[in-house]
Amino acid sequence: MRRSFSYRVFSVANHLFLVLISLLCILPLLHILAVSLSSKAAATANIVKFWPVELTFDAYRLTIENSFFIGSLWNSIERTVLGTLISMVLCITAAYALSKENRVFPGRTFYSWFFIFTMLFSAGLIPSYLVVTNLGIKNTIWALVLPGAVSVYNMVLMLNFFRGIPKDLEEAAFMDGAGHFVTLWKVYLPLSMPSVATLSLFSMVGNWNAWFDGLIYLNNAQDYPLATLLQQLTAGIDMSTSSAVNADALKNIAQRTVKAAQIFLSMIPILIVYPFLQRYFVQGMTLGSVKE
Amino acid sequence: MKWRRSFPLHLLVLPSVLFVLIFQYIPMGGIVIAFQDYKPWLGIRHSAWVGWENFEYIFTYPDSKQVIVNTLIIAFFKIVAGMIVPFTFALLLNEIRLVIFKRSVQTLVYLPHFLSWVILGGILTDILSINNGLVNQFVSWLGFEQIPFLQDGSWFRFTVILSDIWKEFGFSTIIYLAALTAINPSLYEAAETDGAGRWKQTIHITIPSILPIAALVGTLALGNILNAGFDQIMNLYNPLVYNKGDIIDTFVYRQGILGSQFSFSTAFGLFKSVISMTLIVVFYRLAYKYANYRLF
Repeated sequence: MRRSFSYRVFSVANHLFLVLISLLCILPLLHILAVSLSSKAAATANIVKFWPVELTFDAYRLTIENSFFIGSLWNSIERTVLGTLISMVLCITAAYALSKENRVFPGRTFYSWFFIFTMLFSAGLIPSYLVVTNLGIKNTIWALVLPGAVSVYNMVLMLNFFRGIPKDLEEAAFMDGAGHFVTLWKVYLPLSMPSVATLSLFSMVGNWNAWFDGLIYLNNAQDYPLATLLQQLTAGIDMSTSSAVNADALKNIAQRTVKAAQIFLSMIPILIVYPFLQRYFVQGMTLGSVKE
Repeated sequence: MKWRRSFPLHLLVLPSVLFVLIFQYIPMGGIVIAFQDYKPWLGIRHSAWVGWENFEYIFTYPDSKQVIVNTLIIAFFKIVAGMIVPFTFALLLNEIRLVIFKRSVQTLVYLPHFLSWVILGGILTDILSINNGLVNQFVSWLGFEQIPFLQDGSWFRFTVILSDIWKEFGFSTIIYLAALTAINPSLYEAAETDGAGRWKQTIHITIPSILPIAALVGTLALGNILNAGFDQIMNLYNPLVYNKGDIIDTFVYRQGILGSQFSFSTAFGLFKSVISMTLIVVFYRLAYKYANYRLF
């Protein structure tokens, strides 16, 4: 293919422009990392750009020594594992049933609309809040993992994937005397591992990032997941000063470097799963189009 | 017999049905408090009924009118820019032949999508700080006065719209990139033999081919005209910018949960839900009719 001169000029400019945009996406993150690794003096003097000035790990040491932070880290892990597990079990079982035809599963249309309606209309914040309060699960981890456990969107993706699995396999399993439960467990699930992995990763990221439910359903800051704690810290309410152990240590460190360290630490799990996510999400987004 | 065969399937959907019933449908019953003067200690059964009073209050209370306006403005610009930017970016990315370069760009621009607004809010308040934050250092270096990105109402709206684009534009290009790969290569070959350059090919083949997808995405996005981004605003705003930056969802949260005005907030939330649902249904039907789009 021949390329005109003007196209080559455009091409060079285009490459440069895309590099610039990519940098814009990543530089703020690098800046925070650099601040978190800089000394208090350098951070307050605003001389830190994208490389640490007077390299020190004080901010990280202080963050890790903070019992609030470690506690919330544990709360986050607990919530992420529990939340992902529950929502995947719900998603897979319901998607399997709904992937059957009306002939095999009378009531399928009713169930489908029952779920889809919740995508269109929600009661809103206050009524949901009142239900969770009246159930008596406020101030427990269940208030975080149960209300959002069913993701209708994930269910739709999963059921479309199940539909792509050849019917012959299912019939062979039934022929051998297997019921629905065994077929799901022994035939469908092993074949759907990539989809299950994709949806699990998305669910994990969602759980890790969720902060608002922690804010409204938990009264005790000690129960906060990391995202909620961080939100409260960056929103200006500083709880680390309330703990006597850290009051002295805080004098020696710029608040800004500690905040930066906390931000960066809570980003790490996402950065770790990101390469896996990236491998799957394009696939995941087109998951729905896999049809027989 | 038939019932016995489908029984395990009913059993399999049952857990999800129960969850949705408890956490989605039962709250819908709680909507009745929008028509009451609900007091938690009296409960739904003993609270006084007030008819449409709470809804009338939405349109007479100046704060709530301002909040609706803010929501519409912020959401509108987000939707428009959220269409144009990814569309353009996908076209530019499509001109890149070097696979490793393309992949690297994609890796970097998709990343912000996966970070929460808590993290990004923390980062943005740091780099946009009025006291020599990173961005304002650059602004000073250019010879301008430092900009109150998060302290002035108008700048706040701008910051919210721009930072939302920054977070989501990369991820939103995926759908266009997928559409671009679906274009029949023989179209380009034919244009090549007719002597059309790359620019002409883009105008006459590439853009018309992905315009339907863009129209579809835009139509479905219009259903979000009342969602201006609760998570984002919550993590960026402060009392200084309530005037121009407060949106329906943050207002409902502050009045309802913090201020315990349960009935008024429920009414406001219901007002929003009903309009949103109507819009989603209308736009979905349009998409279905003209683009043959369906979710299933």
